[in-house]
Amino acid sequence: MSQKPDTADTVAAAAVTAFGAIILWQASVIPESPLYAAVGPKLVPYVAGCGLVGLGLLLMAHAWRGGWSSGLEDVRDAPPINRRGFGLLLAGLAANLLLIDTLGFVFAGTVQFVLVAWAFNARSLVRATLIGLAVTFGAYLFFAKALGVNIGAGVLEGLL
Amino acid sequence: METLANLGGGFAIALTPINLLWALIGCFLGTAIGVLPGIGPALTIALLLPVTYQISATGAFILFCGTFYGAMYGGSTTSILINTPGESGSIITSLEGNKMARSGRAGPALATAAIGSFIAGTIGTVGISFFGPVVVELALRLGPAEYFSLMVFCFVTVSAVLGSSALRGLTSLFFGIFLGLIGIDLQTGQPRFTFGLPELLDGVNVVLVAVALFAVAETLHLALRWRPGQEEILPVSGRLWLSKDDWKRSIGPWFRGAALGFPFGVMPAGGTEMPTMLSYYTERKLSKRPEEFGTVGAIEGVAGPEAANNAAAAGILVPMLTLGLPTSATAAIMLSAFQSYGIQPGPLLFTQQAELVWALIASLYIANVMLLVLNLPLIGLWVRILKVPTPLLYAGILVFATIGTYGISNSVIDLVLLYVIGFIGMLMKRFDFPVAPVVIGMILGPMAEQAMRQALTISQGDWSTFVTRPVSLVILLLATLALLGPRFYAAYARKG
Repeated sequence: MSQKPDTADTVAAAAVTAFGAIILWQASVIPESPLYAAVGPKLVPYVAGCGLVGLGLLLMAHAWRGGWSSGLEDVRDAPPINRRGFGLLLAGLAANLLLIDTLGFVFAGTVQFVLVAWAFNARSLVRATLIGLAVTFGAYLFFAKALGVNIGAGVLEGLL
Repeated sequence: METLANLGGGFAIALTPINLLWALIGCFLGTAIGVLPGIGPALTIALLLPVTYQISATGAFILFCGTFYGAMYGGSTTSILINTPGESGSIITSLEGNKMARSGRAGPALATAAIGSFIAGTIGTVGISFFGPVVVELALRLGPAEYFSLMVFCFVTVSAVLGSSALRGLTSLFFGIFLGLIGIDLQTGQPRFTFGLPELLDGVNVVLVAVALFAVAETLHLALRWRPGQEEILPVSGRLWLSKDDWKRSIGPWFRGAALGFPFGVMPAGGTEMPTMLSYYTERKLSKRPEEFGTVGAIEGVAGPEAANNAAAAGILVPMLTLGLPTSATAAIMLSAFQSYGIQPGPLLFTQQAELVWALIASLYIANVMLLVLNLPLIGLWVRILKVPTPLLYAGILVFATIGTYGISNSVIDLVLLYVIGFIGMLMKRFDFPVAPVVIGMILGPMAEQAMRQALTISQGDWSTFVTRPVSLVILLLATLALLGPRFYAAYARKG
C-alpha cells in the first residue's frame, strides 16, 4: 500500500463526515418530546450522526495512508467515463420525474425507456419505442386494471 | 411430534389449488427475473412487492417463498452461462460453472446446480421445520434487553465481520439506520429528519431503498462506464443431465455443502459468502481431480457451493421467522413485506399466525419440487430470457422501479428519493461500500430502538440492565469479540 494520500478516497471520507455532521445538526432540531420516555426521540439520531462522523474521520485517516479504492480491480481497470451514455440515462430519469404527473405512467415510462435504451446504445430506437410502449402499457394494464394498484393516471390512462 | 402435525396442516393449506397456483407463479417469476443478469433475490422480491397488495397474506407469502427460491435457481443459471453473478452467494458458482460451460459442459453444470439446489433447499427446509420451533422456545424467554443485544450482535456481524472492510460496512449500516429513523417517531410522536417535507412523515419505504440501491445504482454504475459490445452467452452444451461419473462426483459435495450452508444461514452471522467459499475450498481439497479446478471447471466446485448457497438461504429464514431478525437484504425485504400486512415476525408468529407460518414452510417444500421440474426441462426458456439485450433490460428495470415506488405512493418525491439514493448507491459501489447493511440497518435500526426503549422502561431507566442480565451480557460480549477479535488477532499475528 502506498503512503501517498488518495484524493478520491479523501473526498469520499469527507462526504461521510459531512453527512454525519448534517445528521447531528438535524438531530439537534428534533423537538424534545413532552411525553415521558426513557429514551427521547433524539438519542438514536445522535448515535447515528456521531457514528458517521467518527467513521468518516477513520476513513479519512485510511485515505491519507494510501486509501482503499485505487487498488480495486474495478477501479484500476475501469474503462473511460461514457459521458454521452450517462447523460442520456440522467435525462431519462429527469424525463420520468417531470412527465409522470402530467402525461401519466405509460408515456413518461416510454420516454424514459427510450432514453435509457439509447444510453446503452440500443440497436434501433424505433424498436425501443415500440417495446417501451408495450412494456409500460402491459404493466399498466396488469397493475392498474388487474391488481388495482394505482400507478399514476394521465392522458392515456384517462381514456381507458 | 407436534411439528409433523403442524407441517401436515401447513401442507393442507399450501396444497389447495389457489395456493399451488401462487407457488407456481412465484417460482416462475422468481426464476425468470432471477435469471436476468445482475438481479439477485433481494431485488426480485422488491420488484414483485406491488403485486401482493391485493392478495391475502398467505397467498402473498407463498408467492414470495417461490420467488425467493426461484431467484436462487435462476441466479445459478446466469452465473454458469454468462459469468455475471446476481448476488454474492453465486460468485463462487460462477468460478467453476462458467469454466465448465466454456469447456462444453454447461449441461452437467446446470444439472448439478439444479439438483444440488433441490437437495440443499429441501435439507434446509427440513431444518427450518424442526429447528424453527426450537429457536422459538428459546426466543420466548428473551426480554427486550436480550433482543436489543441480539440486534447489536446482528449489526456487527452483517456490517463488520462479513465484507471486505469493517469501517465501510459500519458506515453503510449507520447510513441505513439514519434512513430508518426518517419519519414520525412512533413512541413520542416527534418528526425526525423530515426536512419539512410532509411526504417524509411516514418514513422512507424500505422497498424504495432496496430498488434504488440494487436497480437504479446498478444501472447508473453500468452506464457511467458503458462500452457497447455484447455479453457473451455460452450455449447450453453437453447433455443436460448427469453421467454416472458426474453423479458420483456431485453427491458428496451436495450434502457437505448443505451441511455447511444451513448453520451459517441460521446464525445471525448469516450471509452466503462464507459457506459457499468454505464449500469451494473443501471440495477442492477433497476432489480426486484437483487439476480440473480453475482450468476446465470441476463439477464438485459447482455442486458444493451451489448447495451451500441454497441451504444458507433457507437457514436465513430461521432467524427471520422466529426472531424477526433479518440477516440478509432479501430477508430484510421479506420482513418489510410481513410488516406491510401488519404482521411482525418473531417468536409470537408461530403461535399467533401458526397457519400462515406452516403454510409458508410447506410451500417451501413444494417450491423446491416445482423448481426442479421447471428448471431442467425449461432451461431453453430461461436462456432466451438471458438473451434480452442489455439496453432493453435496464430500460425495463427502471420502468419496474417506477412501479415499485411511484405505484405505492403516487408521489414524485418518492421518485426523487429513488434516484438520489440510487446515485448514492452508485458512489457506494465505486468506493466499495457494501449495500446490504444499508437495507438491514434500515429495518433493524427502528426495531433496536424500540427494544432499547422497552428494556429501559422495564428497568426504570437503568442502563445497566443490558449488562446485568446474563444472557444480554454474553451476547454483547460476543458482539464485541466479533468486532475487535479479528483486529487483535491480526495485530498479534503481525508481532508474533
